[in-house]
Amino acid sequence: MDGLLAYFTQVGFGPTGWGLPLLRAASMTVAVSLSAFGVGIVFGIFGCWAKLSRSVVAQGVATVYTTVLRGIPDLLVIYLLYFGGSQAIGMIARLLGHQGFFGLNGFVVGMMAVGIISGAYQTEVLRGAYLAIPKGELEAARVAGMGRLLMLRRIVAPQTLRFALPGMGNVWQLILKESALISVVGLIEIMNQTRLAVGRTGAAFSFYITGAILFLVITTMSGAVFRRAEAWAMRGMGGRVKS
Amino acid sequence: MKRLEFLWETFLQLLSGVPVTVSLVTVSVLLGGVLALALTGIRRTSRPGEWAVSAYVFALRGSPLLVQIFLIYYGLGQFEWIRTSFLWPFLREPWWCAITALALNTAAYQAEVLRGGLNAVPKGAIEAARVCGMGRLMTFRRIVLPIAVRQALPAYTSEVVIMVKATSLASIITLFEITGIAHSIVSETFRAFEVLSIAGLIYLVMNFALTRAFRRLEIRLIPQSKATAFERPVSKA
Repeated sequence: MDGLLAYFTQVGFGPTGWGLPLLRAASMTVAVSLSAFGVGIVFGIFGCWAKLSRSVVAQGVATVYTTVLRGIPDLLVIYLLYFGGSQAIGMIARLLGHQGFFGLNGFVVGMMAVGIISGAYQTEVLRGAYLAIPKGELEAARVAGMGRLLMLRRIVAPQTLRFALPGMGNVWQLILKESALISVVGLIEIMNQTRLAVGRTGAAFSFYITGAILFLVITTMSGAVFRRAEAWAMRGMGGRVKS
Repeated sequence: MKRLEFLWETFLQLLSGVPVTVSLVTVSVLLGGVLALALTGIRRTSRPGEWAVSAYVFALRGSPLLVQIFLIYYGLGQFEWIRTSFLWPFLREPWWCAITALALNTAAYQAEVLRGGLNAVPKGAIEAARVCGMGRLMTFRRIVLPIAVRQALPAYTSEVVIMVKATSLASIITLFEITGIAHSIVSETFRAFEVLSIAGLIYLVMNFALTRAFRRLEIRLIPQSKATAFERPVSKA
């Protein structure tokens, strides 16, 4: 019982508790994940467009993109962006006459790295969703005299989004978990904050289990949001959405 | 010329990490597979068993692998009774901690893969086997398992590929597998692009070979169906 009380004092909001920093770190995790999700959608849209285009070059580039990013560890991509980015900036700086190592902003690096990785998955999700649109709908739109842009706005985009939502939910869960890796480039999100707390208090198990619980809470809550969104997107479709 | 030499040297150094990565993957996937079978068994025994396994799967799949690794490597030392137990010589070693975390993690994912496979076994096939006079165990061995394994193989392939990628996290607890070696070379030479690209290439080749091998297996086990490419967006981070 004493142990439990000590635990809640440690992670609570009292004067000796780490509650507030942990909560702030959790919101940082959500913020960087949301940004990465946005970046991933942009990459996904371009990837999907390239894969579906008639140009062989675009198809090839998109295939290389998705194959490579799904085949190498996420940690490697983060390192590549972080150290590679510093290397590139250092090179430019040396040309301009500056010296030394240039560290990059952890948030930006993490957002871009996780965004680019998730973009590879998002590409497949969006492509699958686009291909799920009944061909008749596209034909009907064209027959009704819609131009390409109008058709994209009125038919393709809403329908793709509807079919893509379940897959996007999976990608979001993946991003949330991947965001823990951004701790290696110094962003103070859940992992890094718990690590700091462990360094200060020595209570390793208590804080890492708290970090795990925070992640579980976030994944569960966002899972519920995505289910709501799916139900909303599928309204009027005759109960085609399951779960 | 000097640049080429550096690349070759880096390649050789990184290659020395391949056995570590491969052994991490093999041991943890096999251990995780045994665990997943056990979990599936527990799941089918009773209601509380089902709940317990579902809770396990939920916790392990809902939190990042990195947290799980830290919990085992740094976290367990917080308890006096673990530090004095016979397990401590193992749990002090980063290698065993990485194996434990990876195996526990993949067990949760593999249990889900197995569940999907088992759900796909037609009721009629089981009934037919029972009518033929097969016992529970024989039905499982002869009918249920082969059908479930075939059904689960594509998902299993991607799980193994994901595990190859996941072993890179072991570098964070000081294991010198491919990513760990790459990181140390980068911090010595600051030539991030070259080193990390070579490391990435090694992973790509490994995963390519792995998917090809599994595809072979799939075609052999399921001659009637064309093997499908994996497109499941999953990772564990």
